[in-house]
Amino acid sequence: MSAVDLAEISVRELNQRLHDLAPGANETEWTISNPRGRHAIAVGLDAPANLHIDGHVGYYCGGMNKQASIQIDGNAGQGLAENIMSGTVHCTGNASQSAGASGHGGLVVVEGDASSRCGISMKGVDIVVGGSIGHFSAFMAQAGHLVVCGDAGDGLGDSIYEAFIYVGGNVGSLGADCIEKEMTDAHRQTLAELLAKAGIEDDITRFRRFGSARELYNFNIDNAGNY
Amino acid sequence: MCGIVGLFLKNPDYQADLGRYITSMLGEMSERGPDSSGIALYRQPSPEGYIKITLQTADPAFDWQTLSAEIATAMGDVLEPRQVSSHCVIAVAAKPGDIRTWLSENYPDIRIVSFGLAIEIFKDVGLPDDVTARFGIAALEGTHALGHTRMATESAVTTEHSHPFSTGEDLCLVHNGSLSNHNQLRRWLRHRGMEFQTDNDTEVAANYLAHRLGTGASLREALEASLVDLDGFFTFAIGTRDGFAVVRDAISCKPAVMAETDDWVAMASEYRSIAQLPGAKTATIWEPQPEVIYTWGSA
Repeated sequence: MSAVDLAEISVRELNQRLHDLAPGANETEWTISNPRGRHAIAVGLDAPANLHIDGHVGYYCGGMNKQASIQIDGNAGQGLAENIMSGTVHCTGNASQSAGASGHGGLVVVEGDASSRCGISMKGVDIVVGGSIGHFSAFMAQAGHLVVCGDAGDGLGDSIYEAFIYVGGNVGSLGADCIEKEMTDAHRQTLAELLAKAGIEDDITRFRRFGSARELYNFNIDNAGNY
Repeated sequence: MCGIVGLFLKNPDYQADLGRYITSMLGEMSERGPDSSGIALYRQPSPEGYIKITLQTADPAFDWQTLSAEIATAMGDVLEPRQVSSHCVIAVAAKPGDIRTWLSENYPDIRIVSFGLAIEIFKDVGLPDDVTARFGIAALEGTHALGHTRMATESAVTTEHSHPFSTGEDLCLVHNGSLSNHNQLRRWLRHRGMEFQTDNDTEVAANYLAHRLGTGASLREALEASLVDLDGFFTFAIGTRDGFAVVRDAISCKPAVMAETDDWVAMASEYRSIAQLPGAKTATIWEPQPEVIYTWGSA
């Protein structure tokens, strides 16, 4: 077990130690104390380490993560797990805007609320939010799944490509070219698996599914107002 | 960028440390704005019949004692002036409008930075830690305070372009963001008699609020109107005599986080400022919603 106190060493020093983890290294269990809202904690990992961060983190925590499993006991600032490639970033509190933005893979879990632009431009990541999300979420989402147990704000899934959105609560409004779609048994199974992976219990029968109407894929003069 | 901090003390036991807390909160926001910094503190209300005014001059040799004596002769009793660096806080037994007129006629280079019963504003070019040290903010007590550190995008870096901006008696505004329609609004406000010291966008927002409040709107009504009339990005914090208010534009790309315990309410651009406060780790923390007006005290 490696215990790092951010009152003692800098974020840069911590991140360097995490980047230096060699393949097969035994140093896989890390606890990080006193984050105090600092930015860029545990960014750019590429090792199968388990990190436990005790407290609130600032911007971009877990950004570009590969392989690692990062648990934050607290809230997260902007850009949580931005551009995540694989592994897991799990936040027990709330996350600010752009959580999971442009993520290619892996799993992002926010037990509380996420803010605006959650999953913006997501490219394959799975995002599960226990609470609600803000406006412009899943804007231009290309692939992956966004599960929201609470409500979604205005403009959900604007200009969405092929990502799947599941919402348990209310949707403020749908963005351009985002429509409600049929919930089949296969979708319900996917949703149940995502919730189970995230460790969040919910009644899957109340969820609705949203996705692309595919009307904006090719230029159509009748859609000029939507571009 | 720009960084904003605000602290309202619910527990009077913390009031002695207000200056220390706001200094530490603002220092944490240095990277968000290295150009200039400012603090508004609400403390030591002036006696009945007196108005407290913070004045500022670019002249380091300016004789504040002579000015005080002249004001006393021309308008009314002046309590012991307190000079702090380039600023001077005085309490005058006169109306703010009369003092403003007299100063513009007799001392056009002296600026009124704030006026009211309790407000004092100190602002200057420089990093937060340097500016707060220059004005000895950490030693000051009080009930609540706002702070701002600026990264200029719209206009020049000078003391008078710095925040907070006075918006009326015991009112001030700090802003993170930029306004797109400030030239048009400035013309509109000039037609309605508002005067401007700079070409700064936030001064337009401050005068917009002052104009709305001066024509009968409540603070809440003025802020609701600002959501319609101001075009651009903003997270605003507005200091009032016994509290403060926070509002963000519809897009809300400029950050804000709020926190509350039994002892205090705080807002900041980022949580790391709030982390400076006792009990922050267990505070209730949330992000203010777009176009929702949050108020404390009787703001």
